[in-house]
Amino acid sequence: MKSNTNDLLTRGLEIKLEADLDKDFGKKIAKIAHGEKLFGCIQCGNCSAACPLSVWMDYTPRKIIAMVRAGFRDEVLSNRTIWLCASCYQCTVECPKGIKITDVMYALKREAIVNKIYPKNFPVPILAKAFFNEVKRTGRINEATLLLSYYWRYNIFKMLSYSTLGLKLFLKGRLSIFERGMKNKRDFKKLLHEEA
Amino acid sequence: MKYVYFPGCSLKSSGMQYEKSLLSVFKKLNVTVEEIEDWNCCGATNYMSINETYAIGITARNLALAEKQGGDEIIAPCAACYMGLLKTQNYVSSDPEIRQNVCKELTKTGLSCQFKIKIRHPLDLLVNIIGIDAIKNAVTNPLKGLKVANYYGCQLIRPISTFDDVYNPQTMDKIAKALGAQTIDWPLKTRCCSGSMTSTMPDIGARMNFEILKDAKSRGAEVVLTACPLCQFNLECFQGKISRQFRENIKMPVMYFTQLMGIAFGIKEKELGLHQMLSPALELSL
Repeated sequence: MKSNTNDLLTRGLEIKLEADLDKDFGKKIAKIAHGEKLFGCIQCGNCSAACPLSVWMDYTPRKIIAMVRAGFRDEVLSNRTIWLCASCYQCTVECPKGIKITDVMYALKREAIVNKIYPKNFPVPILAKAFFNEVKRTGRINEATLLLSYYWRYNIFKMLSYSTLGLKLFLKGRLSIFERGMKNKRDFKKLLHEEA
Repeated sequence: MKYVYFPGCSLKSSGMQYEKSLLSVFKKLNVTVEEIEDWNCCGATNYMSINETYAIGITARNLALAEKQGGDEIIAPCAACYMGLLKTQNYVSSDPEIRQNVCKELTKTGLSCQFKIKIRHPLDLLVNIIGIDAIKNAVTNPLKGLKVANYYGCQLIRPISTFDDVYNPQTMDKIAKALGAQTIDWPLKTRCCSGSMTSTMPDIGARMNFEILKDAKSRGAEVVLTACPLCQFNLECFQGKISRQFRENIKMPVMYFTQLMGIAFGIKEKELGLHQMLSPALELSL
């Protein structure tokens, strides 16, 4: 029984049968995140208290860990919460049990991407993918082309609200439309083509 | 000691004032650096979010290039690059399987790496190697009690970095004091600036940056110093949006700590990129 993401966001958690949980999910994530300490979580909530973004999250980091351990795979992976992690590592610093929560969030993001169940039309994974492809293409980031490809996929009209800022930066010489990529792209791409 | 320098993408575009001012300050203090030849993007936080093997692979390439160039230490001024390099080195040295895979990948591109090179942030270099006395000696234009809020942000000081305290970092404060400035104590000096969320979730990003700027202002800061191109960009470039959204005029010079050092060292505005700022940073140099 798969729950609908939108339903979850608007109505909160539905009742889930024990049999529908993915019991191995916790182990899998702990392995991907190089973090078996995940199972030592005492649910103290220091991570959520320290997180500067938890107020905007549907589930706080503490809840995410509890849900991962219990096996709420689809709910966790299809949620916006993991994408709201800005990788500031405050939770990792505060965790009394030494759990690398930021790395767990990274592992969840990767798992959501691999399984293609990340929230669609949500800007954060769109930017992450645009960034990923931009580097793959040129080896370095050019902010102008990165933002163009991001807004092209997300919502081209939203770019208009940044046109004044873009123009100011351009006039100050801080934004260039020319790519300053690297020379040895062929070798660089070899590093990225193995399991594309 | 041979220092190789990894600028990262930002220091070649929107954060070019950081590169200009850093290299000018280094020159003044007789520190020679050599740019890593044909470096690539560090992957920032996005590569880790999508594919770990690639994230480690592309960062390892930079480490390998630095070693190939004969560098003893890498100087990485961008907080994300610094953290990315440290993280890769940590992964590789703690997990033989990852190390083997990365080395295999690198061999395909004709590179090899021992992963022994030291990775350093300019703040670490300036305070712990060059020394505060050398900085004091280079000051020709003391800042006479200018009130400075030092903003360290997140990845620069936690959790892998060891050169400063995670709760109350002091390196930038020490430098500012050596320049004759006064530093303010504030709890938000290590608060996250929201990273790329100023583009993806503009309302959230604006709120987070507003809190930081407002707190610095209310404690009497006349300038906010940063040591990361993304922090600097967020705190400086969105001040217009922040002022509109929160109906409060937030106007605050936000500059790189190296720019303020340059001002105190009497280096010309253009060599510090002060003319490229959007915040009223130039007024401080007059």
